[in-house]
Amino acid sequence: MKRWSGRLLTMFVIAGLVPAVVAWAEYADVTINTQSEAEGVAPVIFPHWFHRIRFQCSVCHVDLDIRMGAGTTGITMEKLIDGQYCGACHNGNIAWSIDNCDLCHSGRPGLETGVKGGHETMGPGLY
Amino acid sequence: MRRTRAIILLIVLSALASAVVGAGNWQSLKDDGLHDPSNPAIGVLQEPGAALSVLAPDGAGNKVDWVQSLQQGLIAPRPSLDGDKEPEIRETRVVMKNTYPMLYVTFPHKPHTQWMSCEACHDRIFVPQVDANPINMGKILEGEYCGLCHGAVSFPLTECNRCHNTNPASLGGESVVTGEGAQ
Ligand code: HEC
Ligand code: HEC
Ligand code: HEC
Ligand code: HEC
Ligand code: HEC
Ligand code: HEC
Repeated sequence: MKRWSGRLLTMFVIAGLVPAVVAWAEYADVTINTQSEAEGVAPVIFPHWFHRIRFQCSVCHVDLDIRMGAGTTGITMEKLIDGQYCGACHNGNIAWSIDNCDLCHSGRPGLETGVKGGHETMGPGLY
Repeated sequence: MRRTRAIILLIVLSALASAVVGAGNWQSLKDDGLHDPSNPAIGVLQEPGAALSVLAPDGAGNKVDWVQSLQQGLIAPRPSLDGDKEPEIRETRVVMKNTYPMLYVTFPHKPHTQWMSCEACHDRIFVPQVDANPINMGKILEGEYCGLCHGAVSFPLTECNRCHNTNPASLGGESVVTGEGAQ
């Protein structure tokens, strides 16, 4: 009896959460804020949906050595200007150049590094 | 025990999610909880709905069926930076049978290799050999194996039947299938 009421409670909590979940970020957006705010710029938002329309996964995750783990690649502006990671494309050639700070550093203050709309909502990590 | 609870919860979640998440309502960037509405990029960045509403519809994740969008030619994501690499497509499907009480899982190489090269998975996530990987649902839910991508970027784990898609009775005991037939 007690166990079931516990489960029922969980179900109600989830039922309440789902509409809220739907109002969240686009699925697979990655926020990166390992150093941004500490260094005085807004957190970075990387939209997977936008990039996967244009490039296959392995362009970034194999050829450009970007890790499949939010915040684990160790991206710095120095490396980007050097043509690594985002800088392999955001160089004014394949895509707009690295001077467009706001287009990448567009996050709200206090965002935590992670993949949004996925792990955080209906996928692993929250069950 | 923890895993069983997780699985029960996920089933409930998946039923709820499909009930609530209809196809085609995308959050605008200023209301998505991530973008700073006062950032000058708002208005310059593309809204998800503008790009995603014209692709093959789906009920979960980005609400886009990415496999169909690619196969129907609605998008043509480049396989390399300069686009000159010919992608290697593999046709085999691998049946995974430790799924009781669910249907077997059939892993299809083709749609995956249309999205990425072999090195994205072999050997960093999977050893390329039948039954050589100790996969189970608990690990997937923790974000390992299939769960590295599914639940983060590819369709979410609440879509049980897209992976658990093979009736044991439809097979003759084989583990690697090619060509049409058993999905
Ligand atoms: C193509 C996307 C992109 C653009 C454009 C961009 N950045 Fe960054 N920036 C990043 C990423 C990704 C990080 C790593 C974020 C982290 O780990 O917190 C970063 C980190 C930083 C950091 C902290 C780490 C470091 O290397 O100092 C600063 C400061 C910074 N950016 C400033 C800028 C400024 C100023 C501009 C414009 C001239 C700019 N960025 C343009 C993507 C971008
Ligand atoms: C344009 C480059 C690019 C493309 C294309 C791309 N990704 Fe990513 N991906 C990234 C970046 C950047 C990160 C964050 C890395 C970091 O923060 O260190 C990331 C993170 C991830 C993560 C980790 C999420 C987590 O759990 O933290 C996964 C999984 C992933 N990508 C899968 C994919 C899949 C699957 C595809 C193809 C459908 C894909 N990516 C296409 C750049 C890309
Ligand atoms: C493989 C090439 C490639 C890589 C790597 C890449 N991008 Fe991009 N990105 C593009 C292209 C192409 C565009 C579209 C540019 C245009 O419209 O001129 C784009 C656009 C964007 C946009 C704007 C999307 C919109 O709504 O208009 C953002 C934000 C962005 N990239 C962030 C990043 C960040 C952050 C990274 C690194 C973590 C990154 N990109 C890495 C190719 C890349
Ligand atoms: C999305 C991840 C992924 C990609 C990309 C991928 N594989 Fe696999 N591969 C798997 C999985 C999962 C198995 C099954 C392993 C098991 O049964 O434990 C497998 C099994 C195999 C096997 C043994 C079964 C069979 O099909 O004969 C071979 C060989 C293989 N892969 C080769 C390749 C080659 C070659 C490529 C590139 C053209 C490739 N794989 C791309 C995930 C992948
Ligand atoms: C490296 C990332 C990655 C891994 C690991 C991965 N997948 Fe996928 N999978 C994808 C992508 C990308 C797609 C395209 C659809 C999407 O993104 O939603 C896809 C699509 C699929 C589809 C749909 C095919 C169709 O025709 O619609 C199935 C089924 C599937 N995956 C099963 C699996 C299983 C089972 C595993 C583990 C054995 C696995 N995947 C591991 C990235 C991955
Ligand atoms: C991305 C593909 C994928 C999705 C989505 C998925 N599974 Fe699985 N599941 C697997 C794979 C792969 C295995 C392991 C098969 C093997 O090793 O033979 C598995 C195993 C299982 C097992 C066997 C016991 C265990 O713990 O491993 C159960 C039960 C299970 N899944 C339930 C579910 C339920 C319920 C859902 C939906 C909420 C779900 N799965 C969604 C791929 C998936």
